Amino acid sequence: MSEKKNHIKDIKIMTKRMRKNILDMSLSAGAESSHFGGGLSIVEITATLFGSIMNYDPKNPEWEDRDRFILSKGHGVLGYYTALHEIGLISKNDLMEFEKSNSYLLGHPVMNRKKGIEFSNGSLGMGLSVGIGVALAAKKQKKNFKIYVLIGDGECNEGSVWEAAMSAPNFGLNNITAIIDKNNLQQTGTNKEIMSVENIAKKWESFNWDVIELDGHDIEKLHETFSNKRNSSKPLAIIANTIKGKGFSFSENNNDWHHKVMSKSQYELALQELEKNDN
Amino acid sequence: MIIDEKNSKMWSMIGSRATFGLTMLELGKENDLMVLTADTSTSAGLDRFKKTYPEKFLDVGIAEQNLIGIAAGLSSEGIEVFTATFGPFQTMRCCEQIKVNVGYMKHKICMVGLASGVVLGTLGYTHCCIEDMSIIRSIPGITIISPADCTETVKATQAAIKHKNSIYLRLTGGMNQPVVYNKDYNFEIGKGIKLSDKGDISIIATGTMVHKSMEAAKILEGKGMSAKVINMHTIKPIDEKLIDELSKDSKLLVTVEEHSVIGGLGSAVADFKSTLNNAPPQLFIGLPNEYKKSGEYSDILDNYGLTAEKISQTIENKYKSL
Repeated sequence: MSEKKNHIKDIKIMTKRMRKNILDMSLSAGAESSHFGGGLSIVEITATLFGSIMNYDPKNPEWEDRDRFILSKGHGVLGYYTALHEIGLISKNDLMEFEKSNSYLLGHPVMNRKKGIEFSNGSLGMGLSVGIGVALAAKKQKKNFKIYVLIGDGECNEGSVWEAAMSAPNFGLNNITAIIDKNNLQQTGTNKEIMSVENIAKKWESFNWDVIELDGHDIEKLHETFSNKRNSSKPLAIIANTIKGKGFSFSENNNDWHHKVMSKSQYELALQELEKNDN
Repeated sequence: MIIDEKNSKMWSMIGSRATFGLTMLELGKENDLMVLTADTSTSAGLDRFKKTYPEKFLDVGIAEQNLIGIAAGLSSEGIEVFTATFGPFQTMRCCEQIKVNVGYMKHKICMVGLASGVVLGTLGYTHCCIEDMSIIRSIPGITIISPADCTETVKATQAAIKHKNSIYLRLTGGMNQPVVYNKDYNFEIGKGIKLSDKGDISIIATGTMVHKSMEAAKILEGKGMSAKVINMHTIKPIDEKLIDELSKDSKLLVTVEEHSVIGGLGSAVADFKSTLNNAPPQLFIGLPNEYKKSGEYSDILDNYGLTAEKISQTIENKYKSL
């Protein structure tokens, strides 16, 4: 097996561990419930970024040259905290305290650089602007780190996303990548039912971003896209076609799992499915 | 910048916005900072700054939510950031961005609200701002400063860069403003300044109303009533020690502001005063909680009793009723 294939396999195994931890966290959150579907749709994206693409030093999480990741769709924490666990910044014990009274791991990220949480998010439509500020600072300070901002497709209903989208190419920011988690569902229905984003790739293109559309669960494709050296002066938008609730039969494309309490029997079933998918 | 009679006069002629721009031009010399505007560089007196320090200037276009987000991102990387646009757009259009980025995450930025109050009355209430202090006061961790004149705009802008917390700098008044300070003085964020210290009425004023209150005190003096005048340039944190002291030796506290009587200086004073035993009553002078027909600046002030003559009359009536 080539080194690259081996690497892809490692990320794949990482996503399996992350999904297992997501199940544990959801069960442990109990009546508080969790944003299950939108956390699962981003697992391959965060696993590829944290497992392979991004530069950071787990021993020095505040290293000034680290790549920055911003979870603009802040409710996707299950796919974020579990990735930070994988790189050793968040312990399993801490994961299991998710949404408990004294936990630093709330239902939306709370800035905690020592734990790898770059910014507080949760109110939608704000992450890209902050990322642009960081990207401008990097250019100003002649630093080479990169900025990755993960945005939901439902989140693109927010006008502020487009204020930010309009500005990044104007500032020549080729050091920022926006990843649109296009799972076609938002809180109370499909994008089409609530507020269609229509051809979202074309929208980003017309805002003068380089745009790549891919399967957001295809680790090999994600890895290749993130690793490609770019000579463009434009920012990059990756439209990642994903499945909300990805990984479990009962939650895939089922919007009941946007934010829901997990029962013990659902947990057991999910565990079985996770085992079965081990190929 | 040399603070003397000549410069104070010059600044008062060009108004607080242009004075802010001149101050930034000076601060740009020695500081690694960024100034961001939302298509308001000329309105903020920043055209020379923009030309002189293009690498320190950024226009985000007419997009105030993006303005605050970008400012926060820059600040998170250790850059000192100023943002400047008109009061309503600086505080309300991007209110939640301020809450999350500046309040919740504590990224330090200095937000400058241009032409706040009712100086742009002829443009209608879209461009007036009688709510900003009230709104920003409710967000934790933001210092609010409302300079009494253009000299104080210089002092406050200089102080903002050294200040640990984020600041909302509320600029009021137009060109040809009256001068309160024509020589250098000690400006300390959070410490109100007694401009006169005699009498059993305490007039606590902020922004453009400081000079008007000084004039009102003179009128009262002529009628045999003595009033202290306090320049309360910092609305948050309010100078509790000073309010405590004034409450002890005054029969009446008066607050005067070019802002809604809800949530601004008057409320900040009352919030603290209500915790004191035996505090004197307070007279709120400011703009009522309504949007009526707007118009010329001087007409609005006159209609709402914010002239020296009317302020003194309102105080006299209240004082005599005690």
